[in-house]
Amino acid sequence: MRVLYPFIAVLALIVVAFLGGKVTGLQYLLGVVLPYLAFGVFIVGFVNRVLYWAKSPVPFRIPTTCGQEKSLPWINYDRLDCPSSKLEVAARMFLEIVLFRSLFRNTRAEIHDGPKLVYGSSKFLWLFALLFHYSFLIIVLRHLRLFTQPIPFFVPLLEFADGMLQIGAPRLYLTDSIFLLAIAFLFARRLALRHIRYISLPADYFPLVLIFAIGATGLLMRYVYRVDIAAVKQITAGLAAFSPTLPAGIHPIFFIHVTLVCALMVYFPFSKLMHMGGVFLSPTRNMSNNNRAVRHINPWNDPAIKPHSYAAYEDEFREFMKDAGIPVEKE
Amino acid sequence: MYNKGTIIPGLIIFVGLMLFAIFNNFGEKVEPPKPEKPVGYKECVKPLQYMKESHMELLNVWRDEVIREGKREQVAAGGAMYEKSLQNGCMHCHTSKKKFCDTCHEYASVYPYCWDCHVAPQENMALEEAK
Repeated sequence: MRVLYPFIAVLALIVVAFLGGKVTGLQYLLGVVLPYLAFGVFIVGFVNRVLYWAKSPVPFRIPTTCGQEKSLPWINYDRLDCPSSKLEVAARMFLEIVLFRSLFRNTRAEIHDGPKLVYGSSKFLWLFALLFHYSFLIIVLRHLRLFTQPIPFFVPLLEFADGMLQIGAPRLYLTDSIFLLAIAFLFARRLALRHIRYISLPADYFPLVLIFAIGATGLLMRYVYRVDIAAVKQITAGLAAFSPTLPAGIHPIFFIHVTLVCALMVYFPFSKLMHMGGVFLSPTRNMSNNNRAVRHINPWNDPAIKPHSYAAYEDEFREFMKDAGIPVEKE
Repeated sequence: MYNKGTIIPGLIIFVGLMLFAIFNNFGEKVEPPKPEKPVGYKECVKPLQYMKESHMELLNVWRDEVIREGKREQVAAGGAMYEKSLQNGCMHCHTSKKKFCDTCHEYASVYPYCWDCHVAPQENMALEEAK
């Protein structure tokens, strides 16, 4: 069920978009109104969510130490895993965001005969996550050719490198194939591994199915049900120039692709996909572990409440304590 | 709100990147391409919509047929026969690479590798010869 519902949801989106893509009036709704709405929801929702997170104070450092903390000068400390300066934190964040270092340390626990518990390294999640995210990034950047005029210099360079195998016409993009392969792996991983399947929810399957459907419709549009790319650019560049036009005779597959992308943009700020912004705000990654060196004061402490030491407490209640037979330090 | 100093600039960068296309296009007029139609020819080897969407597929098939299989029979269109050839077939009528091919290709950032091997006819030359 948890796998089935996301499939039904994406299928419903596809059917709605397919039917809407055939009717001229609804074409305008799907091709012009919906993208503006979805983009607005995406931007406002994203900013809103980050501002909401920023309202939570994180007064204390959360040391997830995988290495020695900085203490005495003659003890070597782990600069990346237990950073003490801003520069070291920046290095840890850079490796986390650009190379997914946390996933690289993913481990797998197995019980062997004995019984013996064995931990082994498991790099596949890291590898396919990396492939998936970078393919997605390149695919998004390549799509700029449809939204920009003049086209920025890096777009043709990306297209050239991406299509350098020169398979077929139009050329097969490497990222397209890697993208679908990687997302299929990430999906299969959730189904195949028992313990991952157990903790997977519809909210985990839905984005995978949706993004796979986006990639698949994109490929279909490029290789099977071709669309006139000049007509498509009239819509997309028109959207970016705030003078939307809608040429007639565009295949419904285009509207399916656009509707799915809009669904992704609307879904984005309210879902786990917000890790795009959230990775920058990971409290265990973006703060230095300097709890020993610096005193961090809780910002929501009431200044009217003064510190109350044990000595003062005993002064206040000494008589009562004596009466109750509780030992006191000062007679 | 906490950490204003990093969160506000970060959000501004994010929104700026997302709106890149709008800044990039600002003040530019996006005109749809107008490829030059050949003079004196009415009909192509395939219908207009097919050519708009799938001419690259046709060229790819022709290349395989001619170069790899040696099938060089001519193609009929509008009562005339044309060679299965980019330079001698297509560009017999569409004489100018600049005014025909490149208009849409540059508009959509498509850089086909036809011209890695083929030499584009000199502009206006074929037209002069036809006269």
